[in-house]
Amino acid sequence: MSELKTTTVEVNGFPCRVWTKGQGPKVGFLAGLGGLPRWLPFLDELAKTRTVIAPSLPGYPGGATGHTVLDTHLDWVLAVRQLVDKAGLGTTEQGGCDLIGASVGGAFAAEMAAIFPGHVKKLALLAPFGLFDEAEPATDPWAQRRDAVAGLMCADGANWSALVAPPEGANSVEWPIEMGRASEAAARAFWPLGATKLEKRLGLIAAPTLLLWGEKDAVLPPSYAKKFASGINNGIRGGTRIETVPEAGHLAYLDRPQAVARAVLAHFG
Amino acid sequence: MKLMWFHLMPYTELPDDFNKKHPSVWVDIHSSLFDPRRAHHMYNDFMDELEYAAEVGFDAICVNEHHSNGYGLMPSPNLIASSLARRTTDTALCVMGNSLALYNPPTRVAEEFAMIDCISGGRLIAGFPVGSPMDTCYAYGQNPSLLRERYLEAHDLVKKAWTEKDTFAFNGRFNQQRYVNIWPRPIQNEPHPPIWIPGGGSIETWRWCAEMDYVYCYLSYYGYKAGQTTMQGFWDEMEKLGKDRNPYRAGFLQFVGVAESRQQALDLYTEPAEYFYGRCLHVDPRFALPPGYTTEATQRAGIEGMMTKAANLANPSTKAALKATNMKDIVDGGYVIIGSPDEVVEQIRHVATSLNVGHLMMLLQYGNMSKDTTKYNTRLFAEKVMPKVKDMFGDWEDKWWPKPMAKSQRAAVPAYLAAE
Repeated sequence: MSELKTTTVEVNGFPCRVWTKGQGPKVGFLAGLGGLPRWLPFLDELAKTRTVIAPSLPGYPGGATGHTVLDTHLDWVLAVRQLVDKAGLGTTEQGGCDLIGASVGGAFAAEMAAIFPGHVKKLALLAPFGLFDEAEPATDPWAQRRDAVAGLMCADGANWSALVAPPEGANSVEWPIEMGRASEAAARAFWPLGATKLEKRLGLIAAPTLLLWGEKDAVLPPSYAKKFASGINNGIRGGTRIETVPEAGHLAYLDRPQAVARAVLAHFG
Repeated sequence: MKLMWFHLMPYTELPDDFNKKHPSVWVDIHSSLFDPRRAHHMYNDFMDELEYAAEVGFDAICVNEHHSNGYGLMPSPNLIASSLARRTTDTALCVMGNSLALYNPPTRVAEEFAMIDCISGGRLIAGFPVGSPMDTCYAYGQNPSLLRERYLEAHDLVKKAWTEKDTFAFNGRFNQQRYVNIWPRPIQNEPHPPIWIPGGGSIETWRWCAEMDYVYCYLSYYGYKAGQTTMQGFWDEMEKLGKDRNPYRAGFLQFVGVAESRQQALDLYTEPAEYFYGRCLHVDPRFALPPGYTTEATQRAGIEGMMTKAANLANPSTKAALKATNMKDIVDGGYVIIGSPDEVVEQIRHVATSLNVGHLMMLLQYGNMSKDTTKYNTRLFAEKVMPKVKDMFGDWEDKWWPKPMAKSQRAAVPAYLAAE
C-alpha cells in the first residue's frame, strides 16, 4: 500500500486538500459531518485493495473557506463536480469511478450520480443527507448542547471525540475554528432540515447503489434508507440494496471501520 | 442627553415552575403557556405604558422584534409603532428594529418604515439588527452561514429604495427585483431616517457603524458594569478610525427601578427583576450558537481572549454575577439600577459618563411588573431623575435624532390625554 499523499486542487479560487492512498482501481470518498480532520482506519481498510481518493469539500478540514462563495445548492453541486474532476476521480470519458459518500457527503455523491451519471460507476451511500420526512423528522445536528454531539454522531461517542481531538502540536486557536467551520459548511449547504429536494433527482441515478445505514443512527432514522431506495428504484435503471451496520451510529465508518469497508468493497466487487 | 423608554413586552404569567418544567423560553416554548385572552390585556397594558412614557416626557419610546419568545411578544414591532404613531405627538419612535434578512423581499422594511415615518410626521428611528440566533436561525429558519451576507445586502437594498428617486432594478446575490420603487417614501429624506444598529461586541459592526455614520447600540440585559468592556472597545475603535467621542454615536440599554427609598425599590422591583432574569432568560443553550452565526474573526478574538475570561471566571463574584437570578446579585452586578431618585440620578450619570453614551434606553418595565408599578417607576423617573440628568452632553450635537415635520404642519392626533 502506498504512502498517504497530500495534494491541493483549486475550486472557485480556493484550495481543497486531496488525500490519496492505496493501490488498485480508484474509489472516491466524500466524508460526512465533521469532514476529515485526520486520516481514518476506515480509509486504510479500503486502501488495501483500492486507490482511495478523498477530496475535502469546501469549508471542511483541508477545504479552506471555499464554502463562503457557495450560496445555492447548484453552487455546491458544481463545486463538488469540479472537486471530483480535479481530484482525478475519473471523467465521463474514462467511465467514471466508484464513489462513496457519507452523511452530508452522501447527499453530494448522490447528486453526482444523478446529474453526471457518467462520473459514477458504482455508488455507496452511507446514511446520506438530502431528504426530510415530517412524519419521521431527522434530528437537528445544529441545535445540540455541546456535550450531546459526540453521542449523536457515533454509537460510541469516543469515536467522534477522537475524530475532532486536536493532534499534538495543533494550533489551539485555529483548530477549534476549523472544526467549527466544518459544521458551518454543512449548515450552509443543508440548513435547516438537511433536505435538498434530492427526491426529485434520485430517479436519475443509474449506478448500482448500496445504501448502508448504522442501525443506531441518531441523526437520520434508518428507515430513510427505504425512501432513498424506492426513489432510485422507481427511476430509469434502479438497482439498489440496503444494508444496516450493527453497533454503528450516523458516522458508521468511525464506529465500525472494517465492517463498513467490507460491505462497500463487496458492493464494488 | 436622550432618555428613551424601551418595552420588551414580556409574557407576564409564566408559571413559577417554568424553569423546571420547560427547557426554553425561546424557540420551542410551549403553546399551552400562552393564553390569548390574557395576552389581550398584556398588549393593551404594554401599549398604555409606552403611551404613558411619551406623555410624561421621555424623548423616545422603543419597541423591538422577537419570534417564538416568551419575553418578547412583538414579532412585528411595526404594528405597535404604527399604533403609537397615532397616539403620541412629539416623541421619537424607535423601532429597534427589523431584522433585515427575515423579510422577503427586504423592501417590505423600506415600505413599512416609510409608512411609520409618514404617519408619525417624521419621528422614526430605523433600527436594523442582524437578529439573535434564536429569532433568525431557529424560529425563522434562516441559514446562519448566509445571515450576515443577506443582512448586508438587504441593508443596501433598503437604503437605495429610500434614496433612489427613479424605479431601479436590483440584481443582488440573494435578492433580485426588476422594479424597486417604494410608495410611500419617508418624510425624513435628507437622506433617510436615522439608522441605528443594535449589535454585540464585534469589531466588524463597530467599524461598519463608523463607516456608515450610524448609531451603535449595545442592548445587553446585563447592565453597565458588564457593558464597560464592550463600550470601551467601541470608543477605542472610534478613536483609531479618527471619529470624535460624540456620545450620541452610541446607545445603551439599562434596567432601572426607582422608588422613594432603596428599600422600597427592593420591595417593589425584586419580584419582576427575578422573574426576568430567572424565567425570561431561561434559554436552552442548544439554540445559542448555530454554526456560522459568529464570524471567524469574532471567534478568533473570543478564543484568544479566553485566558483573560478564564481569569475573570476564577473570581467568584464575577462568576456569580454572570448568571445572577437573585436580586442581590442582580443589583450588585449592575443589571438593574435601583434606589431613591437621587441614588438613581447618581448611578445614571455614572453610567452615561463611564460608557460615554448619549442615548440611554431605559427598561422600566421588566418581567411580570404590573401596569401600576410600571407607571409609578416611569413617573418617578420622569419627574425626579430625568430633570437631573437631561443636561448631560449638552455640548454635543445629536446628529442621529429624527427630524420631524414642524408641529404646526402635522395632523391632529385623537384627543386622548383628557382621559388620563
